[in-house]
Amino acid sequence: MTPATAGELTIEAQRTAVRTAVPRILVAGNPNSGKSTLFNALSGARSKVSNYPGVTVSRVSAATAIPGLGDVELVDLPGTYSLSARSQDEQVAVDAVLGLTSAAPDAVIVVADATALGRSLYLAGEIIETGVPVVIALSMMDEARNQHITVDLDRLREALGVEVVPVVAPRREGLAALRAAVARASNVRALSAPLSFPLPAAAEAAVAGLDQPIAAAWPRLTDAGRRAFTLWLLLCLDDPETHSRMRGIPPSIAAHVARFRSEATAAGRNLDQEIIAGRYARIDTIVERAVVMRSASAPSWTNRIDAVLTHRIGGVVVFVTVMLALFQALFSWSEPAIALVESQVASAQDIVVAVMPAGPLRDLIVDGVIAGVGNVIVFVPQIALLFLFIGLMEDVGYLARVAFVIDRVMAKVGLHGKSFVPMLSGFSCAIPAVMATRTLESRTDRMLTMMVLPFMSCSARLPIYLLVIATVFSGAAPIFGVLSVAAVVLFAMYFLSVTAALSAAAVLRRTVFRGPRPTLMMELPPYRMPVPGVLLRSTWRQVRSFLVGAGTIILALTIVLWAMLNYPHSAASAERYASLRADVESSVPAAGRQAALDELSGHERGDQLRHSIAGRVGRLLEPAIEPLGFDWRIGIGILGAFAAREVFVSTMGIVFDINDADEQNEPLRDALRSARRRDGSTLMTPLTGVSLMVFFVLACQCMSTLAVVRRETGSWRWPAFLFAYQTAVAYTAALIVYQGGRLMGWS
Amino acid sequence: MSEPSKSLAWLPLGTPAIVRRLCGRGPVARRLMELGLVPGTRVTVTRIAPLGDPLELRVRNYALSIRRTEALAIEVDEMRA
Repeated sequence: MTPATAGELTIEAQRTAVRTAVPRILVAGNPNSGKSTLFNALSGARSKVSNYPGVTVSRVSAATAIPGLGDVELVDLPGTYSLSARSQDEQVAVDAVLGLTSAAPDAVIVVADATALGRSLYLAGEIIETGVPVVIALSMMDEARNQHITVDLDRLREALGVEVVPVVAPRREGLAALRAAVARASNVRALSAPLSFPLPAAAEAAVAGLDQPIAAAWPRLTDAGRRAFTLWLLLCLDDPETHSRMRGIPPSIAAHVARFRSEATAAGRNLDQEIIAGRYARIDTIVERAVVMRSASAPSWTNRIDAVLTHRIGGVVVFVTVMLALFQALFSWSEPAIALVESQVASAQDIVVAVMPAGPLRDLIVDGVIAGVGNVIVFVPQIALLFLFIGLMEDVGYLARVAFVIDRVMAKVGLHGKSFVPMLSGFSCAIPAVMATRTLESRTDRMLTMMVLPFMSCSARLPIYLLVIATVFSGAAPIFGVLSVAAVVLFAMYFLSVTAALSAAAVLRRTVFRGPRPTLMMELPPYRMPVPGVLLRSTWRQVRSFLVGAGTIILALTIVLWAMLNYPHSAASAERYASLRADVESSVPAAGRQAALDELSGHERGDQLRHSIAGRVGRLLEPAIEPLGFDWRIGIGILGAFAAREVFVSTMGIVFDINDADEQNEPLRDALRSARRRDGSTLMTPLTGVSLMVFFVLACQCMSTLAVVRRETGSWRWPAFLFAYQTAVAYTAALIVYQGGRLMGWS
Repeated sequence: MSEPSKSLAWLPLGTPAIVRRLCGRGPVARRLMELGLVPGTRVTVTRIAPLGDPLELRVRNYALSIRRTEALAIEVDEMRA
């Protein structure tokens, strides 16, 4: 299961690529290097977000002007430590720098963190090696000064063969000099003698052996670019995480690479180490000559903060506090905004109802289109809050500590420390939570987290639990005289959801996501002050990508589902109720008339629903769901709940001929309690209730979750897998509960 | 530096050491090297997470967190002050 293949490194793609009219300048750098801040400072507020072809990595770019160069397109590459294409982010960076599937860049700005220059220059070195014009933007100069690190810029320039410009992006220092250097560099077109890293003779032989076939397959690569790409192939082609995008590599070249690698292994040589350590050896020499470092410890304030935040007790206390705050924000702070969205949607519907004549078109606009738009926008407050929170933690440096503190627990089921925040957010809503998996670097870790977090009991399931519990357990005596049965059952449902998510992770890690042992390799960046503008802009980008990418699907699905619940329309039933209504108008005294009319319209809606596609599907489903204790009416409720789980409650209201029911609605509870199966037995027994709740805990009964997984994975295969396996788990569990319960003599 | 090399996972907290060898091949070793843990690099274990794993390392003047299982595959020589 791999994402769409449109952006692969096919020969066709790179042959048909045209050089764009507007010069393209890339901004590359390590994560936490200040790259995004610099990009924002250079581009102003006019960034635009699109997708890299074939992958789901956001491509952030901006049109801006550089004196001496005119209008340019500035592209913010994902933050990476190397060009090795371990993650999709890195694959995108490799493509862009080498110009494999698109035009080669005119220049690359590499942001290098002055406090960790060795590691920063590893990436810079890899990019310089390709021969593309490079300018180094030396960031974190203020921090370096505080750590008594001095950088001799002239020596660095000389050793690297490219311009080096110190910048303090939050204060916009050094930007003019950087722009001027970029203009000079891109007018050169290519580095005349780019820095190159010497290799042992045997490795050089491997590189030389690949030169011809690669030149034939990628004729546009320069000599330096070819060497860099060769080294890249030697390092990365056998990496399982690389494979999905490697199908465009000619098999002959892949065979060459495999042969060189196995020859090296047979000779007891480590090709990876020869290449990587060779680069670091050269970089270390450069750093030694250009950098004077008087202390080699973490900045003192970071050490002092970490003494608390990663302390054995203090660290856990802070962790729990911050996570509770996140929880509170998602649940409570988003509430007013969600209520506002809902009331705005309702008033928009009222306006249309008031101005349009009744009819199918009005129904479509009111209950299909406007409700669908509402279904999309209603997620925005939670998405915005979650990404503000995550962005703030990331910019400050705490997000990595969250992972550091909790990783031990997550690792037990094959998850990553960074899976914790998305999983926790799943208690609120799976949609922002799925998007929050973007903080995970490895694609496998990210997919695994995405495939299990919909088990977390989201807030939309709560109304269902409350309705069912109130219906079947209201008269139950307290357990041990103190514990209310309702509370125990509710707790059991949340416990089940967490257990299911963690067990599913453990199982999927051993089956679907089988592979190399999962790892944690994560930088713990120094604590820093966040830059509010950057934070707000990146939050807005996330919201926008949801609206465009997933929102359209959710809108379309809402309309389809609405149609299924309302069509075909029974004209005979409409006529019958019209005449009944006329009877009521003429015969019932004015005092009770409205109540009688309401009751009548409740019956009419129920009648029409039973007649609709969903009603018929509900009946068709009955044999399949009967073993779970459900009947066709619950089947319709389950179908309706696909729009959003809480809709189960109002759909059940319609099925039982009750207008505008919510989970507190006493008539609905009574109707459910007195509902009988065909054989005359009671439908909603405690056992049916538990079976129904277990089904809703486990089933991925939410089209918006599936839509957002589609958006994040770039394919319908993953949401299809998610839906299928969760439904299977839910069905099996509910079956065991109901049939097991019956065997035990419960009802 | 006369001590026999030992695994980074068992290096006492705060003791400087030099990476001698990365056991194992493949993506994990490659990634660790790309992050700067090549043979000859100075490394210190600066902290252990509250629950006992992962570790926080100081390498090339930045903080890197890895799990004990990854640290087990890194052989180091303790530096004697």
